[in-house]
Amino acid sequence: MNRCIMIEPVTRIEGHAKITIEVDETGAVSSARFHVTEFRGFEKICEGRPFQEMPGLMARVCGICPVSHVLASSKAGDMLLGVEIPRAAEKQRRLVNYAQVLQSHALSFFHLSAPDLLLGFDSPAPKRNIFGLLAEDQDFARRGIRLRQFGQRIIETAGGKRIHPGWSGPGGVSRQFTTAQRDEILSWIPEVLESINAALGRLKSLLDSFPEELEHIGNFPSLFLATVNDEGGLEYYDGTIRIVDSAGNCIAEHLDPTRYSTFLGEASEDYSYMKFPFYRPFGYPQGHYRVGPLARLNVARFAGTSLADRELREFKQRGEGAVCRSFHYHLARLIEMLHCAERIEELMADRDLFDDTIQAKASLNRREGIGSCEAPRGTLFHHYWVDKNGLMTKADLLIATAQNNHAMNASVEQTARRFLKPLEESNDFEEGMLNRVEAAIRCYDPCLSCSTHALGRMPLVIEIVKGGAVVGRLTRSRA
Amino acid sequence: MSVRTLEVDGKMITALEGQTIFSAAWDSGIHIPRLCHLGGLSDVGACRLCLVEIEGQKRLQPSCMTKVAEDMVVRTNTPALRAHRRLIVELLLAERNHVCSVCVLNGACELQDLAAQLGVDHVRLRPQYPKLEVDLSHDRFGLDHNRCILCTRCVRVCDEVEGAHTWDVAGRGKNSRVITDLGEPWGESASCTSCGKCVQVCPTGALFSKGKTVADMRKDRGFLRYIVTAREKKLWIA
Repeated sequence: MNRCIMIEPVTRIEGHAKITIEVDETGAVSSARFHVTEFRGFEKICEGRPFQEMPGLMARVCGICPVSHVLASSKAGDMLLGVEIPRAAEKQRRLVNYAQVLQSHALSFFHLSAPDLLLGFDSPAPKRNIFGLLAEDQDFARRGIRLRQFGQRIIETAGGKRIHPGWSGPGGVSRQFTTAQRDEILSWIPEVLESINAALGRLKSLLDSFPEELEHIGNFPSLFLATVNDEGGLEYYDGTIRIVDSAGNCIAEHLDPTRYSTFLGEASEDYSYMKFPFYRPFGYPQGHYRVGPLARLNVARFAGTSLADRELREFKQRGEGAVCRSFHYHLARLIEMLHCAERIEELMADRDLFDDTIQAKASLNRREGIGSCEAPRGTLFHHYWVDKNGLMTKADLLIATAQNNHAMNASVEQTARRFLKPLEESNDFEEGMLNRVEAAIRCYDPCLSCSTHALGRMPLVIEIVKGGAVVGRLTRSRA
Repeated sequence: MSVRTLEVDGKMITALEGQTIFSAAWDSGIHIPRLCHLGGLSDVGACRLCLVEIEGQKRLQPSCMTKVAEDMVVRTNTPALRAHRRLIVELLLAERNHVCSVCVLNGACELQDLAAQLGVDHVRLRPQYPKLEVDLSHDRFGLDHNRCILCTRCVRVCDEVEGAHTWDVAGRGKNSRVITDLGEPWGESASCTSCGKCVQVCPTGALFSKGKTVADMRKDRGFLRYIVTAREKKLWIA
């Protein structure tokens, strides 16, 4: 008889989701899907509010990566004002963005994914968490927690608050950065670099023990999209979009992020609240792409800092062309943390950062503004339309996690097909196998609370099941 | 002017004849909560937060509107009054959309401070979530009806200090709104001098300077003391 296995909720991710796996009479997986089951609706909430309020309001989209939303929103605001912001403001925004990528990656790797990697996918579920990790290897877990603290501390000292800092807005920032703050941050750097290097070494030595997982958890060709700087190097705050394919060929570059809607489209499927973005010239679903740490490292020609560049060269050897194994998101995350720590140290020596000209003043000069930046999980776009007084009439948020939606579904299906096999004696499934399906999602570190905002007629399918057989089916297409 | 002696919260204080209980209590270091009162402006008794118990009177009296009397016995901080004030603040919070987390005045708002002081950690009443507009038509200032508590400080400062009387209140009950002139958008007001006094005296983020982001604004009411003092001492009359 056909069976449906449901993993709900998916654990150790940010937000609410479930996975359904359909199994046929022989016990083989016939389909597997990842559903986002929560709805946030910020695109609607912001209507009628002043655009100056958006960075503060949009920060509330997420408690893990509020800085990304603050920055994309501030940049959309800069565009509405039609100003170039002071250099000190730009440097401060860069600093806080590096800090946020570092702290978010630390959370993803040490708190959420390391339990699988260090304790094993098949270890007892009650111990497969940060507490189990602390019991197993206290120093490793403690270093992870400290790394997150470092990132959060920078956000707090520069932005005023650890979570939802509202210091950045249209035109610049509202607080000057001081040398006392610099000294505190610099005092952390040796420990931070040592911890990241230790974690990198540990992960690289562990990778050989997961040959099956490397090969079958999200290993498929796709496009990769990320922001790069003028020279094609790793960039998080401001630059142009570059797209490469799985062979490492450059498909497009120097794309202006403010024209994202001309090259990125959004499709929807009937089983998820989350949109399915795609690269327009390739169509849907062929144009699906991945974003985030793996994509950034595949897309960037170089990192631009010595330690990260050494790791990046080694990383690029792991694929033929681009690295297509989603399991390597973990490794990419650690390399990015190293890069961010190096960039933070560099910025501390930058005199521009301490300048007291921090805000460009202007009134509304445009009716449409677009801001983008690299969030920890990938490229983020905020697109605003305002009326003549500056009240929001419409917003479109293209969230990093949504851009990985197709890849997450593909990974779930691939993982389920490979690892889910019923036990002979009970026709049941081992918990560790199901955990691997969840781990496929964790590779992408999705932030689902960030990613569901469009309000309107969602396409919907309702199946009426009686005695295991589908007896009725209602469908509603997108309006 | 003769002096009156009265008892406030068990403390004997003296006040000038004609002084209000509120002002006499504050002069003696007894701080009665308020939102509509502001030194330098006339009193209207709108917010009802300064209600006090007066011995011999069954009804609570607004201390900002009640004159002192000889041998008066006043209580300003009884459990019943605290419960009463808490309910008023909850009513204000439930009536409109007060979202501190995205407000320009977060951290410096009189309503927020008072709520914290009175221990309002949640609102027991059903929020009304009215659909209210934001007026950004003025070049420099904005009006968010969502955050307005109808204290009418803006109306009084505009009339009594600036002399423009741009602001007034229209509608009744829950439909009451502060308006500029005859209800035109603020930016089209013919009488507004753009002095900004209304913005500075507003206790919440209802009136704000444009361009400010979350928790980015602080209000400065120093000008009011300066103007009122100068007027009382006739400093501007040659």
